[in-house]
Amino acid sequence: MVLHYNPVEDEIKRIKFAIYSPEMIKSIGAARITVPDTYDDDGYPLDEGLMDQHLGVIDPGLRCKTCGAMSRDCPGHFGHINLFRPVVHPLFAKYLHKILSATCNKCYGLVLTKEGKRPKKCPHCKAELEDMKFIRPVSFYLGQKELLPTEIKEWLTFVKNADLKRMGYDSEDARPEWMILTVLLVPPVKIRPSITLESGDKSEDDLTHKLVEIIRVNQKLEANINAGAPQLIIEDLWKLLQYHTITYFDNETAGIPPARHRSGRPLKTIAQRLKGKEGRFRYNLSGKRVNFSARTIISPDPYISLNEVGVPLPIAEELTLPIPVTEWNIDFLKELIKKKDYPMARYVIRKDGVRIKVNDASRDRILESLGVNWIVERQLMEKDIVLFNRQPSLHRVSMMCHLAKILPGKTFRINPLVCPAYNADFDGDEMNLHALQTEESQAEAFELMRVDKQILSPRHGHAIIKMQQDNVSGVYFLTRDDAVLTKEDASHLLIMAGITKLPKPDVDKKYYSGKAVFSMILPEDFSVTYKSKLGEEVVIKDGKLLKGSIESKGITGEIVEKIFLKHGPEYTRWFLDSATRMGLNFLLSVGLSVSMKQYTLDDKSKEEIDKIINNLNRQIDNLIGQYDTKTLERFPGMSMKETVEVTVMGLTSKARDSSGDIVMKSLGKENPSILMALIGARGSMLNVIQMASMVGQQAVRNKRPKRGYSGRLLPFYKPGVLSGRERGFVHSSFMTGLEVDEFFQHAIGGRESIVNKSIRTARSGYMQRRLIHAMQDLSVSEDLTVRDTMDRVIQFVYGGDAKDPMFSTNTEFIESIEEDDVDTASK
Amino acid sequence: MTTGNHAHAHTRKKYSINPGEPVGLVAAQSLGEPGTQMTMRAFHYAGVAEHVPTGLPRMIELVDIRKSPKKPIIDITLKDNLKKDRKKAEELARKIDMIAVSDVADIKEDLERHRILLRFNENAGKNFGVTMNDMLKAINKKRMRTKGNIVLIKFKSSESKKPFKMMRKTVEKIRNTIIRGVPDITMAVVVDDKGEFFVRAKGDNIEGLLEMEEVNTDHIYTNNIKEIEEIYGIEAARNAFIRELKQVLDMQGLYVDVRHIMLLADAMCADGKITNVGRRGLAGKKDSVLAKAAFEETVRHLTEAAVRGEIDPLRGVTENIIAGKTVPLGTGKVMLEFKFQHKGK
Repeated sequence: MVLHYNPVEDEIKRIKFAIYSPEMIKSIGAARITVPDTYDDDGYPLDEGLMDQHLGVIDPGLRCKTCGAMSRDCPGHFGHINLFRPVVHPLFAKYLHKILSATCNKCYGLVLTKEGKRPKKCPHCKAELEDMKFIRPVSFYLGQKELLPTEIKEWLTFVKNADLKRMGYDSEDARPEWMILTVLLVPPVKIRPSITLESGDKSEDDLTHKLVEIIRVNQKLEANINAGAPQLIIEDLWKLLQYHTITYFDNETAGIPPARHRSGRPLKTIAQRLKGKEGRFRYNLSGKRVNFSARTIISPDPYISLNEVGVPLPIAEELTLPIPVTEWNIDFLKELIKKKDYPMARYVIRKDGVRIKVNDASRDRILESLGVNWIVERQLMEKDIVLFNRQPSLHRVSMMCHLAKILPGKTFRINPLVCPAYNADFDGDEMNLHALQTEESQAEAFELMRVDKQILSPRHGHAIIKMQQDNVSGVYFLTRDDAVLTKEDASHLLIMAGITKLPKPDVDKKYYSGKAVFSMILPEDFSVTYKSKLGEEVVIKDGKLLKGSIESKGITGEIVEKIFLKHGPEYTRWFLDSATRMGLNFLLSVGLSVSMKQYTLDDKSKEEIDKIINNLNRQIDNLIGQYDTKTLERFPGMSMKETVEVTVMGLTSKARDSSGDIVMKSLGKENPSILMALIGARGSMLNVIQMASMVGQQAVRNKRPKRGYSGRLLPFYKPGVLSGRERGFVHSSFMTGLEVDEFFQHAIGGRESIVNKSIRTARSGYMQRRLIHAMQDLSVSEDLTVRDTMDRVIQFVYGGDAKDPMFSTNTEFIESIEEDDVDTASK
Repeated sequence: MTTGNHAHAHTRKKYSINPGEPVGLVAAQSLGEPGTQMTMRAFHYAGVAEHVPTGLPRMIELVDIRKSPKKPIIDITLKDNLKKDRKKAEELARKIDMIAVSDVADIKEDLERHRILLRFNENAGKNFGVTMNDMLKAINKKRMRTKGNIVLIKFKSSESKKPFKMMRKTVEKIRNTIIRGVPDITMAVVVDDKGEFFVRAKGDNIEGLLEMEEVNTDHIYTNNIKEIEEIYGIEAARNAFIRELKQVLDMQGLYVDVRHIMLLADAMCADGKITNVGRRGLAGKKDSVLAKAAFEETVRHLTEAAVRGEIDPLRGVTENIIAGKTVPLGTGKVMLEFKFQHKGK
């Protein structure tokens, strides 16, 4: 790439903040603005008006009268307005008050006492000092007398630089008298462009409106002063000028009615433009819109690798990459220029920086003159390095580097293994893709952000690129003892992983066990022994799965994480890709589905569940009986009623849990839903229980719901009844269907969780924003200390041990690898 | 695909943290990201208070370093020779539990006749083990007359220019007069911890508790970080913060590496006083004007900077993004320069 600027010299090094003096405003101002209007009747900018062509031009075809450039290249220039009477700069009024009350109104010396108060007597000239009162936004009173801006300005000019320095002000670049405006800086037209509506009418920017009013009042003030108008009228106009300047800077000043547009909408003036989420800082400076990006819906594709992303052809055709022409790639690029369909070159950039579109008219000429140091902008191709992102980007794995894989269709395809990192699902989620434009960015993304390098989360060191749902089921079924494959089936699965060698047929010397097939993708030196979620012992020795079947905890915690630590990202990626494909393909042959039948309990179990419910109701009634007779023993710190509620909550959840055992016994461990819950593929026992036996207690704020009608939750209940059903206990299961009242109670509980969820996202989002702003500048230095922007030490050794949190779990395993390492090194 | 032996080196190299690593950002993300998964549920601390915030609200409370948490809890250990004695623990619980006049008496003001009426509630008194005399001793006012369980406090109209205002004040004072116990400490209960007993109470007055002779001053715990800082110092506060935050996350079953929590704690404690993370804390005290302006209170930070003539050194993340420069973290922190050398020389 051609660099258009010198990165070493043309760089902002530091930024100083200061206040413009009136002289500086006049000297940087390209024009004095006196006319309170914008365009003449022909739509041409008025001289000395707010759209004066010295301030830059926005209309195409016109030339800036200051720099001579056209609208595109002219950065815009400031102008100024001479105010006929000075006014207080409203944003600095607070500081004016501090300076005024800290200085003597006779000798202008610093008078503050040790406590920072204004004394009664000036310590220098012994004059009596009166109180300095500040009435927001801009009025100052010395004793009873209001100080006019002219008087304040005069006062401030006498305050010594040394005194200002002692008060902490920059006396050189922020003299306090400059906080009184005598000249107003007029921003360039580019900052406040007028919009031409469809009807041909011109609509002015809010800032322009405000400036028009300021000039108008200023003119009136001038006329009245020159005409010798009464003091009262002049003061009124002066106050009006002050009002307009206040709203010009901040239209949300407390105690001032906001200036409004004709339509009644408050004007957006300078402060409003800067602040807040949609303000200049957060919306335009900290975050920017980018080119070379694409967004569409995502859908899953387990047949692409986890660090690939399927890019739909229409998107690949639109995105381009700049490729510098070298003697080694010139032939390849020429081929792309010749082509008229994907993949082709879209533009070329000549050595002199001129862009030429590649089309039938230009093609031959380009091919003729194409040479080294040109740049060809070609379409996105297979294996190109791109960034992929899903919002909200809560952690760094929300944006990872993928390799493009051009596929037909209109959606981005991702391997379902990356879903946990992005927190993505396929119910209509959309994601963004960015085509990296420079070699540096591509290299950096590829080395640091690539998916397979992010398999372990920096939050806890556990895998975050991991199997879920059917992937887990697939691997589980494959590694079960009853998984036996024919030669054809085994070959079919193994070729998914690119393995062309078959293991020894270990079942009846003819068939292949699933374990043996799975073992083919394990590293040869890999051994672990652990207890699985199902309670069985899993033994992997020297890359052979000998005993046990693999469930979710095993595949991520015991296998993937350890393979990653020992064999690195590339092998782990290959392992995960292969395991996914093999598992899913095997699952296709096994079949995994659910049906209504599977949630119907046998009669005996139904009876037992009825018994549990009856028992529960009896216990609740018993409790209420004790409550009525006041014989119930209170829990410490709780009233009797609270005790009842807490006990009932405990009883109901216990009842539901104990019905779980019955469900488990009745449906059996092989029931798909239960199996999926047990191996950690999807769902939990709770889901099965709610479907098969009972939905259970509904809660509002962790208590039984009670509001609604007086003394009862729903109108057809008896008032004052505290027992189960009347207070949100749902006996029915989702299979049997809910009664009307139960349905309503379920909705009560459901509503609360929805409300909570939205509150939680808002609150946690803000907390995270604060945390990030507080800590984002901290980084590890060369000496492994953690330091902030000014090199202050925050931690002397990161984390106390300088260990990367990404490798903070499985430490025993890491250490065992290290020992191996030492062993091999010594040999 | 072969497993390759070079992979061994890979682990060892990456085992420790790399210089330039943006650990602050990673810590902030690691702590913030699970926020969306946390519940808002309140936790029930046996006997002391029903709704001790846990989960997200507690985490926000912690990073805000509020003066006093919503539900301050103190665990008081007894001196070693007493801690196995349940009686002693109960005695202590009784002794520190604050009982104010309003707990045992109804207070009424008789504006017409310039007097305050107190009716001692025998039942409540018995419950708390307070007699009327205890109450009278605590109030200790001059013009006090008793009649049965009623106490009369008379005001002379000449006593003050504003008798009503005076009365209101006095009523408030009497209502909050402590008859017994340590100020602010309420709901003290004894908790059995495997044969050793400690007292758990609500409130934040460790200073008051330390004066009790039974209390083991080396072994007392509160969830009020600010108070720990004031009494035991910044190191203790840092440790308490780490412990509390870790507990919050553990309770939710969210595993976050302690290093992230430690870094947050260290950042908050770096200048000797514990600082919160908000606009008045770490985020508002940064060295960069632009970073502060981009966070919150944009206009205030900009005007302040102008008046003070501040210089933004452009060394953090936000300000460099705004200035369009490389962020000095990670690979951006490394400065490289080509040194062109002719082979011949």
